[in-house]
Amino acid sequence: MIEINLFEVLIVVLSVFMIASAVIAVWFKDLLASVISLAAMSLVLSLYFYILHAPDVAIAEAGVGAALTTAILIITIRATYRMEGEK
Amino acid sequence: MSDEKMSVIVQTIAGMLFPMVLIFSFYVILHGHLTPGGGFQGGAIGASAVALLIVAYGSKTIEKKMAEENLSIFESLGGLVFVIVAIAGFILASAFLSNFLVGEPLFGQIPGWGESPLNSGGFLPILNIAVGMKVIGGLSAIVLMLALVSREVKEQ
Repeated sequence: MIEINLFEVLIVVLSVFMIASAVIAVWFKDLLASVISLAAMSLVLSLYFYILHAPDVAIAEAGVGAALTTAILIITIRATYRMEGEK
Repeated sequence: MSDEKMSVIVQTIAGMLFPMVLIFSFYVILHGHLTPGGGFQGGAIGASAVALLIVAYGSKTIEKKMAEENLSIFESLGGLVFVIVAIAGFILASAFLSNFLVGEPLFGQIPGWGESPLNSGGFLPILNIAVGMKVIGGLSAIVLMLALVSREVKEQ
């Protein structure tokens, strides 16, 4: 009889989602899509911190990682080129 | 080109959302000594509200409304309040950052486990407000100046 712990299932699902969105962020040629993927990874990371009983770090991660870093990166992309390798 | 204002729908929703996000930021800052969060977290939330306005209205309009100098003055005021309160602890009590306001009737005792009143913790709310002012001013100035300067680079 295998006991399935809901907490461990949640951790595995969140880890898979985080690794997938990080790999997608590297894999995309469209830098705007990469930034959105990084924001999704940051949001899942803040949820991860919350279920690991660190709500303080979760709030900081959600505020800085998901909101401010995305805004700064999008503003920077607007000043350069959107596609990777474009001149 | 792309730094122009966004559509009316985005502007209206951003203008409606801005006070709500700012009030949540003030809530996180003021309850910093009781609940998760504090000066830095609430300040980051407030700066993201300003970033929302910059994205919706364009950096030139926001620069006219809140100049970068005013944001820098706001930030420096937060740092000044923090240092003054810390040195007041050195003068009025034993050491630097010593909590000299704890036990006063307005500022209350150190909060324990469970529920505590809002006016507790001595000078910790004042320090949280100072850190919140510094983080709101600094991060807003960073995003605003980045948007302005990147626009100039694009036009060249």
